[in-house]
Amino acid sequence: MNKFAKQLLPFCSLIFIFSLWTFLVPNEFLTVTNLTNVFSRSSVNLIMAAGMTFVIITAGIDLSVGTMMGMCGMTGALAMLRFSGAGTDQISGGGSIELTTAAMTGGVLVSVLTGAFVGGINGALITRLKLAPFIVTLGAMSIFRGSSLLMNNGKPFAVSDFTLLDTGRVAGVPVSVILLVLVLAVTGFVLKYTRFGRYTYAIGSNVDTAFHAGVNVNRVLVSIYALTGALVGLAAMITTSRASSAQPTAGLALELDIIAAVIIGGCSPGGGRGSMVGTIIGTLLIGFLRNGLTLCGISTNWQLVAIGLIIILAVTADQIATRRAA
Amino acid sequence: MSDVAYALSMEHISKSFGPVQALKDVTFSARRGTVHALCGENGAGKSTLMKVLSGVYKEDAGRILVDGVVQEFAAPGQAIEAGISMLYQELDLAEDMTVYENVFLGREIMSSIPFKTDVQAMIDRTRALCVHYNFAIDPEALIRDLTLGQCQIVELLKALMRSATIIVMDEPTSSLSEGEAENLFKVVRALRQRGLTIIYISHRMEEVMALSDDLSILRDGEVVHSDRTSQMSVDDVVRHMVGRELKDFYPARNVALGAVCFEADGLASDEGIHDVSFTVHKGEVVGMAGLVGAGRTETARAIFGVQPLTQGSIRFKGETLRIKRPEQAIGRGIALLTEDRKRTGICTNLPCSWNMTLPNYERLGMKRLLNLSRERSLCEALGKRVRVKWSEPDAPASSLSGGNQQKVLIARWLMADTEFIIFDEPTRGIDVGAKKEIYTIINELAAAGKAQLLISSELPELFGVCDRILVMRRGTLVGDFITKETTPEQVMHIAAVEA
Repeated sequence: MNKFAKQLLPFCSLIFIFSLWTFLVPNEFLTVTNLTNVFSRSSVNLIMAAGMTFVIITAGIDLSVGTMMGMCGMTGALAMLRFSGAGTDQISGGGSIELTTAAMTGGVLVSVLTGAFVGGINGALITRLKLAPFIVTLGAMSIFRGSSLLMNNGKPFAVSDFTLLDTGRVAGVPVSVILLVLVLAVTGFVLKYTRFGRYTYAIGSNVDTAFHAGVNVNRVLVSIYALTGALVGLAAMITTSRASSAQPTAGLALELDIIAAVIIGGCSPGGGRGSMVGTIIGTLLIGFLRNGLTLCGISTNWQLVAIGLIIILAVTADQIATRRAA
Repeated sequence: MSDVAYALSMEHISKSFGPVQALKDVTFSARRGTVHALCGENGAGKSTLMKVLSGVYKEDAGRILVDGVVQEFAAPGQAIEAGISMLYQELDLAEDMTVYENVFLGREIMSSIPFKTDVQAMIDRTRALCVHYNFAIDPEALIRDLTLGQCQIVELLKALMRSATIIVMDEPTSSLSEGEAENLFKVVRALRQRGLTIIYISHRMEEVMALSDDLSILRDGEVVHSDRTSQMSVDDVVRHMVGRELKDFYPARNVALGAVCFEADGLASDEGIHDVSFTVHKGEVVGMAGLVGAGRTETARAIFGVQPLTQGSIRFKGETLRIKRPEQAIGRGIALLTEDRKRTGICTNLPCSWNMTLPNYERLGMKRLLNLSRERSLCEALGKRVRVKWSEPDAPASSLSGGNQQKVLIARWLMADTEFIIFDEPTRGIDVGAKKEIYTIINELAAAGKAQLLISSELPELFGVCDRILVMRRGTLVGDFITKETTPEQVMHIAAVEA
């Protein structure tokens, strides 16, 4: 009953927001273009939120995902340019460079691996040195932003040939949508139907118990932070493809939206609770909220205030529900 | 000072928790300027009595007199007002503050300048108190830099600064080194000499005999004996503490022992155990007795790979094992039902079924993918076997009572089907019916040829269930008895008295 109610609240909120905008700005909101736009913008967030769901279920947090996205995008784009044989002057000059398919594929791989690697380092620092995830990823957040700005002196890398993850389609379906569905299906399945998923919940619920029950806590946690990093790397490539360039400032304050989406979706910051369905609802909720506010002519500054309030509301609701249950 | 001889009288105190009567008509009086020892097994009612005295619990019947005046304690603050201070095992000091700051915390002496404390006055008052009682402690030292024994003295200073006249010490030496304990005894004697009344709770017989003037023994919520300490021997005290008939509460078992299953040889770890050697046969239930802090749980942790061994070896089914993590112990066939259910046993907010299967996926052939329907039917079957009361296997563990949570954890290890199981205080804090069911399960496991180690602080339980009883004291094994050839008195004696 309680479990059901937990899913119900975010879902009803989503319906409510949807109805609200339909009522307030029907001509702008309820158009195919607009709705497609919301879904496609949410797809980047969703891919990252899928990883964050694991992290938050283990009672951890990853503040570095936003800046990590910037860094992965820069690294991946640089790899594409290098693999296509561009010289240092050409790259820093920012001129148009023709990219080969192999180079673009390689760049995507580099981006994903970079994310997995730095995510893994986050996880290793958290487990081996027993540091708080908050501290480690706060530090990493700054390091990643600095690194991506250093890569080309604060300038972007132009990769205009890299359109696969923007307009590319297979059988009429955008490639980015296929990737999104794959990511959600796999992560959702892992969380619910595998031993790894159970270990994730157990660590978040009571890490000492998990250890005493034979869970290799360190290995699971490192895997989770690395998985999150890999998904950030993938999301970075979609963003890069859409912008035709990798921006060193990409993902600015994105961690706020991601963490908010996961928590609004019912993950408890205390750990041990949450689901992929909840995360999907939470991400769409934020996507629609931002979209509707923009359509109503409310500035992004006010949108930040609104999202902040909603996070606090969601956590309060969670606390009340937990206290009732106890 | 009044002319009443008793600093404290607790008369005809009774206290029940639901159907359990924790205290039955307890009368307890402490003469002024004496050390009065309070002895009894775990669960005898000592803590409950002291909680009534400190105002944490309200007595159902009876009255409390301090210096001959009837007092009503509805809250802990009122007991402190009346001059009663408690010195608990866990200290409550601000680590990064100095001794005098802690002593005056919340009751600072203010100077003539607004909002400014009079530091010098507080230091002087603290120093004067130290001199008066002959405590060797620097008022300006940081708590962080003090030893545990010195921290206890700071707690005493706090009590004395609030003009305490009666001080209750609950197992004050349980975590002290021998030198520090000696020092504490001097402190206790100094307090007595200056007219304070000390109520001294301890399991350590030699301490109690050497330190106390009077001695009261609680058993099953009643005072069974109270007298001058000089009129009693250690044997008398132990006899009164234990003196309980072993009823047919413990189901009979008749299992022939098999080959040696588990062998510990000279185990030592950084948690203070050393030279721990014992064997457990198939089908055997070996008990482990000892006082709190004797190293029993630490031994279990060393075997299970929670705290690595620094010395010694483990042979299991004829093979020498190197275990570094619980994961490896479980993989080899060793299980540990931990002592602290909430902290290391259960994931409270997760379903019971998940709690049961957590260490067992590999064994159940779910190394990667789960089989939810099979998991459910397995959990249902095991739940039936240990008779856990739940609405369904997927109900969160938090919806169950403590006893039922414990059954879920026992079911977890039954599912693991390991050859060797360590139970650390498996019946602590659970009701009598559930206890008996756990004993039945232990018997079934013995009949199935499993080797079992049962750590318990309840001697009747050890005598009712075990084939053999090991005794630990100060980190090492000091006794190994066939249950039939020993008595609770002998075991208690060797656990509590220095050789």
